[in-house]
Amino acid sequence: MLRLDRVSKRFGGLLALEDVSFRISEGAITGIIGPNGAGKTTLFNIITGLYDISDGDVFLSDARITGLPAEKLAVKGIVRTFQNLELFGNMTVLENVMAGLHTRSRCGMVACALKLPWQIAEERRIREEALQWLDFVGLSDDARLKASELPFGKGRLLEIARAMALKPKLLLMDEPAAGLNSRETLELAGLIRRIRESGITVVLVEHDMELVMDICEQIVVMNLGRKLAEGTPREIQENPEVIAAYLGEG
Amino acid sequence: MAEGRMRGSAAPNNLYFPLTLTLSLREREFSRQYHLKRELLKFAIFTILVLLLPLAAKEGYILNVLVFVGIHSILAIALNLLLGYAGQISLGHAGFFGLGAYISGVLTATHGQNPWLAMCYAAGAVGILAFVIGFPILKLKGHYLAMATLGLGIIIYILFNETVDLTGGPSGLSGIPNLTLGTLTFDNDLKNYYLVWTFTLVAILLAVNLANSRIGRALRAIHDSETAARLMGINARFLKVQVFALSALLCSVAGSLYAHVMTFVAPASFGFNFSVELVTMVIIGGLGSIYGSVLGAAILTLLPELLRAFQDYDIIIYGLILILMTMFLPGGLVSMAPVFMSLLRGRRKQPGGAHAEA
Repeated sequence: MLRLDRVSKRFGGLLALEDVSFRISEGAITGIIGPNGAGKTTLFNIITGLYDISDGDVFLSDARITGLPAEKLAVKGIVRTFQNLELFGNMTVLENVMAGLHTRSRCGMVACALKLPWQIAEERRIREEALQWLDFVGLSDDARLKASELPFGKGRLLEIARAMALKPKLLLMDEPAAGLNSRETLELAGLIRRIRESGITVVLVEHDMELVMDICEQIVVMNLGRKLAEGTPREIQENPEVIAAYLGEG
Repeated sequence: MAEGRMRGSAAPNNLYFPLTLTLSLREREFSRQYHLKRELLKFAIFTILVLLLPLAAKEGYILNVLVFVGIHSILAIALNLLLGYAGQISLGHAGFFGLGAYISGVLTATHGQNPWLAMCYAAGAVGILAFVIGFPILKLKGHYLAMATLGLGIIIYILFNETVDLTGGPSGLSGIPNLTLGTLTFDNDLKNYYLVWTFTLVAILLAVNLANSRIGRALRAIHDSETAARLMGINARFLKVQVFALSALLCSVAGSLYAHVMTFVAPASFGFNFSVELVTMVIIGGLGSIYGSVLGAAILTLLPELLRAFQDYDIIIYGLILILMTMFLPGGLVSMAPVFMSLLRGRRKQPGGAHAEA
């Protein structure tokens, strides 16, 4: 599915990522864990095209995608959510998801300004599909609220609905459980499983170890910009290096 | 920090409760049709108002001012698409307005071209020019974009002044013919009123359609978070350039109308002051509100007429209005509309959904 080949990222003199290679298998839920500053978010920013890559290559289904801009990668099926929420705050909840359907609709400026018949039909289709995605995450009743009025937990669900609207192949979630209470986290775990069941490969960066060990089939452990270990949750839990890194930090 | 967020977040209720789902579905369907109908009703009422206004304004002078309200409305709407929706500042829009006016003026007065064709040529040329300039210039953000567009406006202004052979320089270009339609010549205020406001109404309709569409959503998405917009597959850079070109094109059409209504153009009308005035119109009316732009244009066109004594200090007054508005009413005058309506009806309006209404 996604393959990183000796990926490095330098910020000036600082080496944020060094020779990171791993493979994310299709249809699985993969967790990326590691102490703060391990390079997890940098990794996400590289995969989604927000950062330029310093060295190495990224492949999506064997096609080289190194250096493609974020908007092209989104079209190719790599979509993400954010730790601190990046919602379109001045738009309604429904419009946020409708904006997520941008790549899957095509009416341009002229068709929109003139409200041509096919634009009206497309708009209806976008709206209906967006409503379905709101149903999927359970936000139907908030459709007409402004996104900035949503409480944090619901905002996270909205980000997921918006991301799902793109029909991603690969969904990257940056600390999806951060800021959620235990009940919300439990519901989130169920939601992530349902996303995987719909055929989407999920990668999450997460600090909540209970959640990671519960839902992930594969885990990549990062430390100080390098890959420390890779394996199933059981293998990771028993890996002495991982234990040392966490205890050493902790 | 995490705790702070947690406290603020309520657990999602009714996650998969079928009854609330069906109820809300019906409710939503209702509100969608309601929204479309209300948009149409707004436009219909506004059109009737525009058609009837000359009956009230019998005096030629007021009608003349209303012609300029129409032209300024087109400009404010054009700038609002860029500033209010896409969130990109331009302090050089008077330049595009001027280019439209001068291209129309020179083509018709000097070269005897058909005014309607000249208007199309001007719009096409200005649109393409803005498109080409847009690519490098819209890479800039915030203050840098403001400076770059400011520079662009100044360059265009200097060109009007210095290319004396073409534009007549500071003394202006005269002898521009009126627009004609068959045997009808738009040569008095009443005719010009209906001519200009036809264009204004079309501009309103197009802008409202655009604002409530896929493109409008993408523009607002860029405004709120360009990073998130890009990650949603929205080609932010290209879309910004597109809307910049569209905005300039609309300004050019307004410029052409201006030239044919005035039959005379001079560089002074297209300077930096006027660019600031345009930004003021948009902000007074309300960023991201099309009718607000018309309101802003009306206020800033009528105000100098009412405050003749301040004529020379108008830029100071605009500056003051800008400061006060951004401090105390950042949503513009239209953000007062719900308050006003509720006072009128004597009940409170439900919150939410205000931004989407253009």
